[in-house]
Amino acid sequence: MSLLSGPEGPITDAGWGHEHHRKGFFTDTSVCIGCKACEVACKEWNQNPADGERKILGSSYDNTGALGANTWRHVAFVEQDGDRIEEARESGRRLVSLGMPGIGPKESRTAEDGAPLDLTGADRSHPDTPEFRWLMSSDVCKHCTNAGCLDACPTGALYRSQFGSVVVQQDICNGCGTCVGACPFGVIERRDDGTISPKGSRDERFDQDVPEMGTAHKCTLCTDRLIDGEIPACAKTCPTRSISFGDRDEMVADARERVAQLHERGMTEARLYGANEKDGVGGTGSVFLLLDEPEVYGLPPDPQVPTAGLGSMWKRAGLSAAGMIAATAIAFAAGRK
Amino acid sequence: MAEAHPVAFQWVMEAKRRGATLIHVDPRFTRTSANSDKHIALRSGSDVILLGAVIKHVLDNDLWFEEYVRAYTNISTIITDDYLDTEDVDGVFSGFDPETGTYDTSTWAYEGETEKVDRGLPERDETLQHPRCVYQILKRHYARYTPEMVEEYCGISREDFDYLVDAIVANSGRERTTVFAYALGWTQQQGGSQMIRTSAVLQLLMGNVGRPGSGIMAMRGHANIQGATDLPTLFHILPGYLPMVKAGQESFAEYTRGVGRKEQKGFWANADIYTANLLKAWWGEHATVDNDFHFDYLPRLTGAHSTYQTLGRMLENKLDGYFIMGQNPVVGSANGRLQRKGMNNLKWLVVRDYYMIESATWWKDGPEVESGEIASEDIGTEVFFLPCANHMEKAGSFTQTQRMVQWRDQGALPPDDATSELQFIYELGQRIRAKLKDSTDERDRPLLELTWDYPVDEHGEPDAEAVLMEINGRYLTGEKAGQPLPGFAEMKADGSTEGGCWIYCGIFKDDVNQARRRKSREEQTLVAPEWGWAWPMNRRVLYNRASADPQGRPWSERKKLIWWDEEQGKWVGNDVPDFPLNKRPDDPGDPSKGGPAALAGTDAFIMQPDGRGWLFAPTGLADGPLPAHYEGPESRVPNPLYAQQSSPTGIHPQHGKDNLNAPGVKPGGDVYPYVFTTYRITEHHTAGGMSRFLPYLSELQPELYCEVSPELAEQLGLEPYGWMTIITARSAIEARVFVTERMRPLEIGGQTIHTVGLPYHWARGKQAIVTGDAVNDLIGINLDANTQIQNSKNNQCAIRPGRRPRGEALRELVREYQERAGIVEIDGQIHDATPQASHNAEDLEHTIEHADIQSDYMTKPPPSKVDESEQKGGTR
Amino acid sequence: MDTRTLLQWPIIRQLTGDDPFGRGNAVTSEATASMTPRTADADSVANSVCPYCAVGCAQLVYGKDGRVMHVEGDANSPVSRGRLCPKGAASEQLGNSPLRQTTIRYRAPYATEWTDLDYDTALDMIADRVLEARRNHWEDADDEGNTLRRTMGFASLGGATLDNEENYLIKKLFTAAGAVQLENQARI
Repeated sequence: MSLLSGPEGPITDAGWGHEHHRKGFFTDTSVCIGCKACEVACKEWNQNPADGERKILGSSYDNTGALGANTWRHVAFVEQDGDRIEEARESGRRLVSLGMPGIGPKESRTAEDGAPLDLTGADRSHPDTPEFRWLMSSDVCKHCTNAGCLDACPTGALYRSQFGSVVVQQDICNGCGTCVGACPFGVIERRDDGTISPKGSRDERFDQDVPEMGTAHKCTLCTDRLIDGEIPACAKTCPTRSISFGDRDEMVADARERVAQLHERGMTEARLYGANEKDGVGGTGSVFLLLDEPEVYGLPPDPQVPTAGLGSMWKRAGLSAAGMIAATAIAFAAGRK
Repeated sequence: MAEAHPVAFQWVMEAKRRGATLIHVDPRFTRTSANSDKHIALRSGSDVILLGAVIKHVLDNDLWFEEYVRAYTNISTIITDDYLDTEDVDGVFSGFDPETGTYDTSTWAYEGETEKVDRGLPERDETLQHPRCVYQILKRHYARYTPEMVEEYCGISREDFDYLVDAIVANSGRERTTVFAYALGWTQQQGGSQMIRTSAVLQLLMGNVGRPGSGIMAMRGHANIQGATDLPTLFHILPGYLPMVKAGQESFAEYTRGVGRKEQKGFWANADIYTANLLKAWWGEHATVDNDFHFDYLPRLTGAHSTYQTLGRMLENKLDGYFIMGQNPVVGSANGRLQRKGMNNLKWLVVRDYYMIESATWWKDGPEVESGEIASEDIGTEVFFLPCANHMEKAGSFTQTQRMVQWRDQGALPPDDATSELQFIYELGQRIRAKLKDSTDERDRPLLELTWDYPVDEHGEPDAEAVLMEINGRYLTGEKAGQPLPGFAEMKADGSTEGGCWIYCGIFKDDVNQARRRKSREEQTLVAPEWGWAWPMNRRVLYNRASADPQGRPWSERKKLIWWDEEQGKWVGNDVPDFPLNKRPDDPGDPSKGGPAALAGTDAFIMQPDGRGWLFAPTGLADGPLPAHYEGPESRVPNPLYAQQSSPTGIHPQHGKDNLNAPGVKPGGDVYPYVFTTYRITEHHTAGGMSRFLPYLSELQPELYCEVSPELAEQLGLEPYGWMTIITARSAIEARVFVTERMRPLEIGGQTIHTVGLPYHWARGKQAIVTGDAVNDLIGINLDANTQIQNSKNNQCAIRPGRRPRGEALRELVREYQERAGIVEIDGQIHDATPQASHNAEDLEHTIEHADIQSDYMTKPPPSKVDESEQKGGTR
Repeated sequence: MDTRTLLQWPIIRQLTGDDPFGRGNAVTSEATASMTPRTADADSVANSVCPYCAVGCAQLVYGKDGRVMHVEGDANSPVSRGRLCPKGAASEQLGNSPLRQTTIRYRAPYATEWTDLDYDTALDMIADRVLEARRNHWEDADDEGNTLRRTMGFASLGGATLDNEENYLIKKLFTAAGAVQLENQARI
């Protein structure tokens, strides 16, 4: 475990006191319809440049490809046959029998409008394994408990907000790129590193304003909107509540309840991603309900923050710093002579 | 629905969360299928077989909602003994004229004395034993629509069929309801109106009309396609579904009687009032009782004058000018090549849009210019491109898919030369009137006497609320003179009121723009009556009298909507009752009066001349009183039900060699062996005018692709994400190969049917951010006789790997296939390749005159006896 | 530099505050400290409705200096609850796309290029052409003597993307002129 995450939680550790709640997304891929509204709403709010290849990528309906400097929400599409579905169902079942934390329904379920859920007549039986399925999943920055980008940033450009989000301050970032390699999810990127710049900025068909060219960019959890009591643009626009937003604790609880609900319906392929505080990033701020192994969606199965060993590094750095100070002192002392 | 109406789909997902079963019946596995409990793939165009079999199952097993059906539908009504069913005439109904491909519908009428039938009181047999009662006719008509037929010709297994039927049956009745949602998958078929009718018959049988969570939802595709049907920019109707006048209807009385007779039941009996108010709104003081409100000022129809007949005129050099306002026909209409060819013949064209769409630039960078087939210098069309304001840059209202009108405030100013259509049309009208001001020509009087004076702001923009006020209507005399009418019941035919569209009357009730109301959903009931305004009279569920039983009690607590309150002596509930407010459930009605007074307390279908929901439609349809299955115009599957292969009333103008059909079941049909179907995807909008010019949308789906099954890809040697060429009897295009298990071959009648899928949003041109071949170039003009809508959903094609040829070689390729199929000869002569009676362009306009042409899939109050009146009008 | 400013230096805040590792409030820049949503600069918010499909999702249109700066869903709507699909979410770009054509263009018969035209001239030319086309193809009666009182000389296509009021005026003006070939996307 990194020393950087104390028992107080990341917000308090970042000096914001105790009164703030850590916010986060719960992305429930079991109700994602793959409309990509999140991608567009995100770009529009954040005024990010269009950056697609404008060619079919060969990846089902996904022509965005990956998260990056200009794309802070990315919807993956995965087409699967019946065998793969059965495997996913089996692996999900195993996760539960291994005692995945928190599975089990809450006491009462309510619909969004507060009315009790009416499940009369609902089919409770184990559904047949379909012959085919089409998975859709909207990926986003994880706003990790132990955020590699934040830990690695040498300029203080990255900071953790009072909402728990990890944000690049464009007025400080000098574009050094240290954060890019430090993210175990490949989320953060420089908008233009001298070789790759947004497609729109070099297109003959239209001019596009590309602000903050050289610096690092990623999802801010719409921290600017949160200040005004709004929710992030992607969560607000999501038609089916596949992306929900709120206090991270509640998001995790909702996610666990939903997994339990799906298992109850025989969809044992459902599992959580990012909710485990003991994982390599100390748990993520954005949690996901997946219907298959993380790799299927292009997510690392076991993300590790590169600064996980920072504690011992600090000790070594401390020793060498002390040595240097001693050496300098000796030099000064010698110079007085 | 998840694809094309994602935000509406949230409610489906909410229902699913609460335990609803979601079944998606579609030839393709889409984003909707991915989120459904069950996807049932069916062969495109076989919908009537499937739904007919459900109807048969429900009738055979007595699973219909008897109390509802007996009270509210025409199940017991007896049909005249001249009526012959498809069972009797092997595939057509009585009254068919093979020469013209049209029906004389008089034999489909109700039995009874004319006088009584006219009052909505036909002969009935409540025992349902009479061989000519609707129940018995239905049973006979659908007897051959069996589950085996479904398995063999829809490609749906018995297991899946049972699942579907059981779900519908289990979710219908007092406690539960089933809803059908559809879009262009039904309307864009030759015979599409009858597919919708089949679901209407089923929904009536199951008691799923007029109740919460019931009905048939038309998922319409444009922000104001409903409003553009209500306040129609359509050839066949006037505002409020009053039909356009037909040649031969010389008098106001003759016309309005044709729309609705005074003695019939329900609200169409007041057609004279609605017409008088419209004419009064248009010609103001010049329109009086004495001159029949200048009914003579209205132009007359002589058949269909739809966009496809207009194209025919263009091709024959008979159209000088064309306005295109917010539409992109060279990409969005069938047979794009023909559309462009027609536009080459125009003298002038006005295009109003935000972007340089292909319908504005075809003369410069269209496919035929690109291929060298024609040069810009050879196209004599004068083109005006006028930039227009978008929805945020003007105030006005849209009517959404559930008839709800929502007002938009202006949020910005239009840039540079851009103006609203309101301003453009208003100023064009002023300009035209100014040029004619000294005219003494009688034909100019309708223009000069037109009420055409609206207040404008400092930018010249007319006040849209003033126009909405005119649509709503006003009192003209008495102490309320000048005040808005609160509802159409206040309209009079004596010149004391005016109103441009009777169904919108009340939208300005209390001098308040009701469409502008935005009371938060959290501050009102789920029905949300104070958000916007729904026509008519702010009713959210049409025919909601049927949500209560004949005695006026809700069918169940959980499905209650409105009910009779004995103490108050009126109908009350969560919605505005769609029934005369104080009419008791046991009111027998007063036949001597006609109109609303003649309705009995159980006549829930208040727009119908007999007050009943129509299982059997004695009028209103051009192609039969009951839905019958016909194969698509190019289908290679022999019709398993009737000797009649495809729709006997289908319309197919050949336009020389430019609109040929594949031979289908005739020799040569195997040259075009595969079915292709077209559709929208989430990331784009129709012909792309509002999506391919936006960077954020263009990058999401940058290229045209064709979805093919792994089996077909292997058979044809198609490389995933490589190129393929799709060839039809009209044209050939290229697309990226998208191999997916979402497409599955079906075993149909002993042959393997491969269907490929093509989204139609792209076009060739140099202006948009992303380009691709236009899919509608592939599609022929084969029209539904009711709607004049083209068959886009099941046509035949040939496929080969690789890109299509360029230049002249493209036409050579198309021709090579035409020759092989035998639809053209080497010397250029045309064979009659159409499997049905085909009508050439010259007589097309005159072939369908007694059809009540319905537009798209509007939620239309069925006009009563329109057809009959049109026949009486002597237009045949 | 006074002491107060000196105390705002990140290193001082880091060493003296609750954020010793410099990952939170100690390293916030002035821009961060004064961060607001960009809509805070809007000078108007208009109630609007999405222009794409017919679901009728409610939009809030944020304007500044007469231009649209941002569009998002209106959570009060019983239809959409604030949600928009990708097209609706791109509405701001519908107005501000770099490809938008905002001036009148004119292509003379047989010309190979566009030229410019002013609004008044364009409107006048169009009015003349409408009247001429109307005359050229005027029909008083059919062969049997039935009244027609119409022109087949010009046609109009479009309306499904336009407002109710616009559709109404198009139908009204052109019907009064005798035109019957009026159509929109509902047919297609």
